[in-house]
Amino acid sequence: MSNRLYHLNAEQVASGIKNGDFSAQEYISQILERIEKIDAKINAFIAVDNKAAIEKARSIDSRIHDGDMIGGLAGVAVGIKDNICTKDLKTTCASKMLEGYIPPYDATVVKKLKESDAIIVGKLNLDEFAMGSTTEFSNHGPTRNPWNIDYVAGGSSGGSAASVAALECTVSLGSDTGGSVRCPASFCSVVGLKPTYGYVSRFGLISYSNSLEQIGCIGKTVSDVVMVMNTIAGIDENDHTTKVSGPILTETLRGIPKHKSQNNRNIRVGLLRELIDGIDPAVSKCFYSAIDLFAGSDYKCEDTSLRSVEYALASYYTIAMAEASSNLARYDNIRYGFDLSPEGYEWNTHFTNVRNNFGEEVKRRIIIGSYVLSAGYYGKYYLKAQKARQMIKHEIKSLFEKYDVLVSPTMPILPFKFGERIDDPLRMYQIDIDTVIANLAGIPAISIPIGFSAGLPVGLQIMANEKREETLFKVASSFERIVNIQESPKI
Amino acid sequence: MAGVRIGLEIHCQLTGLQSKLFCSCQGDYRGKRPNTNICPICSGLPGSLPLLNQRAVEFATMISIALGCEVPNTIMFYRKNYFYPDLPKNFQITQYNAYGITSIGIEGILDYGVKSTRIKRIQLEEDPGRLVYDNMDVDTSYTLIDYNRAGVSLVEIVTEPDFIEPKDVRIFLNKITSILEHLGVCDTRLDGSLRCDANVSLGGGRRVEIKNVGSFRDVEKALGYEITRQKTMSLRDIEIKSETRHWDNTRHITKQSRTKEEEEDYRYFPEPDIPIIFLGNDFLSLLKAKMPELPYERKIRFLRDYGLSDHVAQVLIDKKELADFFESAVKIYSSSPNEIANWIVSDLLGFIDDSKKEHGSLFSGLNIEAKHVAELVRMIDENIINRNIAKMILTQMTKTGEMPSYVLDKLNSSIIDSKDTISDTIEEIFRSEKSAVIDAKQNPNVANFLLGKVMQLTGGRADPKLALNLIKSKLAIMNNS
Repeated sequence: MSNRLYHLNAEQVASGIKNGDFSAQEYISQILERIEKIDAKINAFIAVDNKAAIEKARSIDSRIHDGDMIGGLAGVAVGIKDNICTKDLKTTCASKMLEGYIPPYDATVVKKLKESDAIIVGKLNLDEFAMGSTTEFSNHGPTRNPWNIDYVAGGSSGGSAASVAALECTVSLGSDTGGSVRCPASFCSVVGLKPTYGYVSRFGLISYSNSLEQIGCIGKTVSDVVMVMNTIAGIDENDHTTKVSGPILTETLRGIPKHKSQNNRNIRVGLLRELIDGIDPAVSKCFYSAIDLFAGSDYKCEDTSLRSVEYALASYYTIAMAEASSNLARYDNIRYGFDLSPEGYEWNTHFTNVRNNFGEEVKRRIIIGSYVLSAGYYGKYYLKAQKARQMIKHEIKSLFEKYDVLVSPTMPILPFKFGERIDDPLRMYQIDIDTVIANLAGIPAISIPIGFSAGLPVGLQIMANEKREETLFKVASSFERIVNIQESPKI
Repeated sequence: MAGVRIGLEIHCQLTGLQSKLFCSCQGDYRGKRPNTNICPICSGLPGSLPLLNQRAVEFATMISIALGCEVPNTIMFYRKNYFYPDLPKNFQITQYNAYGITSIGIEGILDYGVKSTRIKRIQLEEDPGRLVYDNMDVDTSYTLIDYNRAGVSLVEIVTEPDFIEPKDVRIFLNKITSILEHLGVCDTRLDGSLRCDANVSLGGGRRVEIKNVGSFRDVEKALGYEITRQKTMSLRDIEIKSETRHWDNTRHITKQSRTKEEEEDYRYFPEPDIPIIFLGNDFLSLLKAKMPELPYERKIRFLRDYGLSDHVAQVLIDKKELADFFESAVKIYSSSPNEIANWIVSDLLGFIDDSKKEHGSLFSGLNIEAKHVAELVRMIDENIINRNIAKMILTQMTKTGEMPSYVLDKLNSSIIDSKDTISDTIEEIFRSEKSAVIDAKQNPNVANFLLGKVMQLTGGRADPKLALNLIKSKLAIMNNS
């Protein structure tokens, strides 16, 4: 197996290197080779940092050799979504606006990964400024689904999911504003987590919608995701919206017994009717097969309703676009950005010239966002959207008094072919219906693979109450073991 | 002035803070090379987040308390969105918004002598950067931007339009300045640390906003001009438009703003990166306990502990530097605070250059410290010198910074006390002032006039007591003959 080290998950890599089964340099060279070999087919990476990766691996091996301390993620290859700042490594948000932009600082999550000796291999493709659900809106070209390259990989963290699925890196970081980690995770048959709002620092995450987004992680297993979460989560003095985290499992989940829950009580699972009825039958069939496996063990699965779902999409997009219109205002090419000389132009003209270089979808969201914040409309749209948001939050909280977790398919449809929804923004927005709820309510949500339909991946979404990552991980890990998906794409 | 209503918008930089409002860059940007006092946060780099300076909240709360405002239980920040090159994020983080009150102080009141003004609101916000024009030509082909100032903490104080005379505005502004200095939140002598815009209307008519007034003294002039302008227009039945005008300090007029200041839509919404801040009673009482003494409190203490007159106490507290100087002197020599105060107010103030009163230290150019005045008064109390000599010593001290006893020694060593020398001088004076000598027969006070002439001729070095005695004896001899 030593020439196929890239198949290993993060736990196996970390322990393998620690125990001396193989060296970090061995592992990373296989990873880099793999990227070199297949990335042209899927276009997951915007930039690969070979030199730094090899150097880091060398440092790890040298310290192991000297008997020095190494971090908990030593040797694990991590890809970083290209809207997260990496010092001295260009960060573009897949946009012409930040073409060639090199941040002078590391995001907190990147700093923590480096401190734990993870090896950052490169920056991953996304929809421009994280706005999209298919990675088709990237200035770097779309990312293709490793299971079938004619199909989209999902978005906006398409590169993050595709790279893990295609075994180009062990784990990856993405960002999730309305489903941008879970959607591609589901479409690429990997595990993707959005944590409780405030658990992971957003310092260094290039803002799209600050009250909705969180940095999340993607891996082949729930354990891997937990491992990364334990490293990157925590209060950060550089982000005043971070909160104290509840108990996050510090050991891996290997210790959890297979069939019985810790207490004698069955874990109560609520199935969200509104997110299951009326979706693509190919998805609901796969979903119900999985539910049948869970029910009858420790899990009491029950149909339930989240009525305010009908306001979720409108509320999400109103708020997200409003915040985006303000967060993206700073891109005026004065302090940083692509090469454009202002010579000969006064401020307004130069500004207009510059702003024209956003992609269509970004422009669309900025315009709508400005509109819903404008005088006379603020109350009608933005305030109302926030009220709807409170309503959704409130209803979810009451559901969590009856249920430990809420479950639905991650996506209402299977992955689709390129170009199928790109000309109809509303049709594109609709596929976020299952995922936006968790962002609106600030609760943690995870997508795990549960099988295939017509050769295309299907994911199941589990949501827990705010700060209840421990419950979430226990249930997710248990489900994962039950469905037991083992395949890798043949790429 | 019938129907005149003036309201003020004062921007005060919290120069007392070490760092900016949302980052740890230095709050003091003056004199630094351009774009060297910046960081990812205040230059608006992608991925940066604002980190609220707690001390700024304390300072703003102290100002609110000092101006008699109500302080709410919670405060929050908003984004004011507009595009301008001096605004690194193309939005300003401020407490103000068009939809409701999220200030740190509301509905206060400030007495300034016989009148008072209502304070509408007090708010925290960040300063933008500075646009620099290399030369003042209209045809400059470029503008330079310096972000050193971007993100510095500002407190905005807005009054109700309660003023009816420009001179009241000046008195009010002096009072605010004194309060800010006493609180230690703003060094008002620093250039640009305190700015004031004004709103003027006449007879319930439309408001005109006046911006770009350089100094507080100019505010009075600008208001005077604007009121005259509006009165003239209304006399001629010309409509007064609601607009923004700029004060031209060279021509001393207000003129229509070159830029079109329409009612811009700033698309305010709550700043998502700054959580709601809870103040609460504990915070307020702790703050009140450790707040520096306010001017009016200090005045009460001066009256009570030092027995100063109301007028003298008022002059001292009007400028914190004077009050500090006074208390330092009293600390050194505590027996005659009243005397010390009078020397400062009546004599020392006369040496202070009027033009220095707005920027820089009051005492710049003068070599005098509290210990000089303390020593001087002690010497008077101990009858070592009289007030006349003291005045001479004071003049000398301000130039040289030498202690009074040293100056006195120098004076004494040059004092002429030789009877013969003085007699000779007196003879000379008697010869040249014949009519005075005749008058002296009837009027003994003329002797003082003659003494004055002797002092003049000896360059002030004659011993006055001795000289007067000699003059009187000589006159007596002449009268008897």
